[in-house]
Amino acid sequence: MQAFLDIFDIYLLEAAINGILFGGVLALLALGLNLIFGVIDVTWICYAELIMIGMYGMYYLVSVYGVPYWVAAPICILLVAGLGMLLHFLVIAPLLSSPPINQLLATGGVLFFLQSFATVAFGIEFHNIGIQLPVLRFGEMNFSYARLLSFAAALVGMVSVYVFMKRTYTGTAIRAIAQDRQIMALMGVDTRKIYLITSALGGSLAGLAACLLVLLYDVHPFIGLSIGPITFLVCVLGGLGNFVGGFVAAFVFAEIISLGGMFSDLEWGYVLAFGFFIIMMFIRPAGLLSRRQ
Amino acid sequence: MNARLLAFAIAGAALIALPFIHRDPYHLHILILILIWSFAYTSWSMMGRFGLVSLGHGGFMGVGAYVTALLWNHLGIWPWIGIPIALVCAGALAIVVGYPCFRFRITGHYFVLVTLALSGIVLQIITATRDYTGGSLGYTPERTTGNHVLALQFDDKTTWYMIALGVWAGGLLIWRWVDRSMDRYALEAISEDEDAAAAAGVNVTWEKLKITVISALMTAFAGALYCQYQMFISPDTVSGIAVSLQMVFAAIVGGLYVALGPTVGAVITILMAEILRVGFGTRAVGWDNLIYGVLLVLFIIFLPKGILGSLLARLGVRR
Repeated sequence: MQAFLDIFDIYLLEAAINGILFGGVLALLALGLNLIFGVIDVTWICYAELIMIGMYGMYYLVSVYGVPYWVAAPICILLVAGLGMLLHFLVIAPLLSSPPINQLLATGGVLFFLQSFATVAFGIEFHNIGIQLPVLRFGEMNFSYARLLSFAAALVGMVSVYVFMKRTYTGTAIRAIAQDRQIMALMGVDTRKIYLITSALGGSLAGLAACLLVLLYDVHPFIGLSIGPITFLVCVLGGLGNFVGGFVAAFVFAEIISLGGMFSDLEWGYVLAFGFFIIMMFIRPAGLLSRRQ
Repeated sequence: MNARLLAFAIAGAALIALPFIHRDPYHLHILILILIWSFAYTSWSMMGRFGLVSLGHGGFMGVGAYVTALLWNHLGIWPWIGIPIALVCAGALAIVVGYPCFRFRITGHYFVLVTLALSGIVLQIITATRDYTGGSLGYTPERTTGNHVLALQFDDKTTWYMIALGVWAGGLLIWRWVDRSMDRYALEAISEDEDAAAAAGVNVTWEKLKITVISALMTAFAGALYCQYQMFISPDTVSGIAVSLQMVFAAIVGGLYVALGPTVGAVITILMAEILRVGFGTRAVGWDNLIYGVLLVLFIIFLPKGILGSLLARLGVRR
């Protein structure tokens, strides 16, 4: 019995730590979406599909053309940032004055488009980037370097966004627009420019996430459907547009999935997490960190 | 008015007579699919037209299809009893998710994302209980050895065509019933301004819940029907976000504010997919959705009322 408990605890600890590592990546995913929502008041339903395109970019640069990972990563981040700007320019900007639901559904159309574009252009096979990172053994627990690396990179990404938002003029303007979008136009801020910069920033966060996720998962055209929903749930759980809330919610969610998945199949971890989400929506409709009304 | 009634009668008679005149099984198959999906899209639009955009309908459809099939295979319960049970399950699900949403004023983006979670849950549960549901490989209701009527399994396409036609017409009647009821005005007021509607004496929670349950029941019924007709269901074809988005797309393209809009949407989307599939074979994989995606964006930007809606508005026809 004692031996059983010892093993059990080690697994529990391993799952908990893996949950934290996963939470870092989720937090990064949620940050980009929250930024877009907080500033432009639009939900990019196709956010995960942008990540998918970025992952394909990484796969082709690294595996097919033999570009070193560290060179390919910035290229991909720029590529997805460009896609984000394009998305804003082509789809969101013409719809800014129409009902918010229309903007959301239009990005749903972009989701379809990107997904099938990937199917047509890259095929439906699963692709692996082919970089095997070693496994870190710590006591009896195993952690993959890929997860550690992505956790660290996610933290760096989040801190740099935080610094950008707090210390630069543009960042201040972005935060100001998030607070009041009518007044800022009167204060001489070019909202169109700020929206484009925000879209590029959101896109580059998606690009960074793509560079990290490509180390953890195989790329295929439908990967967006497995990472997209969870990202939205994290954002809503934290309160759409609430950066700190999204950060906390990401870790709560990742722990539920990791620990819940430990006892049974991984899907049950997701089911638990989704169930938790729906219950929390009723207890705290405006997000985890909101004050009770 | 009489001319209009006459036109409806002629159209109805033509639709009923069609399978007896034109017996090509492939064409009938396409028509049956169009009718079943039209019914599903119509049920989505029942909510969608009042600004209640749900991405959870894939979940309701999955419940309808899987509960019916599971009861039949594991317990031998006829679909005649299984479908009502499945509808009760879907209705309960709609209440469990809908009531708190409406009670706590979860609207707009939040409502969309909560319902998105719902279709995610249903999809994950179907995949997770793979010992019973076959997981992502799909599920086949067992062929009956006894009475075909009791098992609701017919080999004859004409029978299915009649069933689908009846259900589709039923869906349009429900639409008309809602359209002419006081609830419609209440729901339109709610979609304009919830607080003002509540101040004017509209029971916001109750009205929204009512239309949500109606819509969920219809969608689950469409799922069960689809399962009985195709005799094969998989999580990707009857549940999940992709199916929900497919409903949204067809309804918007056809026009979600007019009764026949979702039907027009179903005709366009299914015909386009079939033409691409027949014309280009396996090379067409993905192209249909590629075109859907571009069209969806273009429609929302330039033609938010949809094809039929814009056409009727241009002709000045009143609904």
